[in-house]
Amino acid sequence: MQEYFLLFIGAIFVNNIVLAQYLGNCPFIGTSKESGVAIGMGAAVVFVATMAAAITWLVQAYILVPLGLGFLQTLAFILVIASLVQFVEMFLKKMVPPLYKSLGIFLPLITTNCAVMGIALICQREELDLKTTILFSFASGLGFMLALVLLAGIRERLAVRRLPIAMRGTPIGLVMAGLMSLAFFAFKGMI
Amino acid sequence: MSKLWKEFSKGLWKELPPFKLVLGLCPVLAVTNTANNGLGMGAAVIFVLTLSNLLVSLVRKAIPAKVRIACFIVIAASLVVAVELLMQAFSYPLYQQLGIFVPLIVVNCIILGRAEAFASKNPPLLSIADGLGMGIGFTMSLTFLGSLREILGQGTWFGMHVTWDGFEPFGFMVQAPGAFVSLGVLLALMNFMENVRRKRRGLKAVEGPSHDCGSCGACGSSSKC
Repeated sequence: MQEYFLLFIGAIFVNNIVLAQYLGNCPFIGTSKESGVAIGMGAAVVFVATMAAAITWLVQAYILVPLGLGFLQTLAFILVIASLVQFVEMFLKKMVPPLYKSLGIFLPLITTNCAVMGIALICQREELDLKTTILFSFASGLGFMLALVLLAGIRERLAVRRLPIAMRGTPIGLVMAGLMSLAFFAFKGMI
Repeated sequence: MSKLWKEFSKGLWKELPPFKLVLGLCPVLAVTNTANNGLGMGAAVIFVLTLSNLLVSLVRKAIPAKVRIACFIVIAASLVVAVELLMQAFSYPLYQQLGIFVPLIVVNCIILGRAEAFASKNPPLLSIADGLGMGIGFTMSLTFLGSLREILGQGTWFGMHVTWDGFEPFGFMVQAPGAFVSLGVLLALMNFMENVRRKRRGLKAVEGPSHDCGSCGACGSSSKC
């Protein structure tokens, strides 16, 4: 039990998917201007990343490895993720319209979000079992959401400050992300 | 000929991918801890980008608009698999250094972005020029950022010792925070230079390019970014 707990905390704080592993930076910088958008995007990533990691794990274990097609991992994973995103979008639209309203616009963005595919690949490289994969991907998604929402809060405040014109927008966002990453470094001592 | 040169050269400065288009940030941050890694990543991207632009441009009239993104992804993914196998065969240490960022080239916005914004609308030769220019611009940026971080963070450049004795390298630069901060500062510097140039021509200073999801093919909702 304790090792699962450590894995969970570690994936959120210590090895934060954005701030320590550099994954999913485009949406991290792109959707962090308003906290409402950031929460929606974060929730969509948590949802899709968990499902994608579980399904790609099954694909790898029961299709690619038995057939000796391990080298097609990249191709298979991106196809699985792209079709999963489409499928989730259709499913939500039909079955859970309120959820679709809040998450729907973010779903197309997720296909090319390298955090989702990155999490699936990390699970494979670390050779986690299915249960750990699901836990790890869920925690990593939560870590992404945490970093995104925090950065959005900072950038909302920065938007009303007087900054040098060259620093406005993306550059200050990146510097702020750097400072947050520095702050998250402190969690390294925790585990 | 001049048109070819125009498409090629725009990637080198005017639309320099990571800085002017602000696309494909993950590898820019992740693999630039040394100049060598940056160069290797850039080479892989040149290969994939040029060939994917060529292939997309060749099949652009054959694929229906509705499934074009899926087709682009399949083309890019097949090329990335080829790159992975080539790197495993010829430069295994680099392949291990770059880790999961080699397969992640497939979700790099530059590949899909150029396929959608350029190659799907232009003839093959122009698309090759565009892909090559963008790829080289991307490589230059990665190598530059990698050099900066390696020299300041480790005191070496491509593994050679280049700083004076007694130089205390600051480890901050090779870690994650240094990546974010140095990219942010470089972006601000580029904006500053651009504004100085505009001022000389009597134009008003403008804010730098914002993160532009619109040029990224698979982004359905560019208005949200």
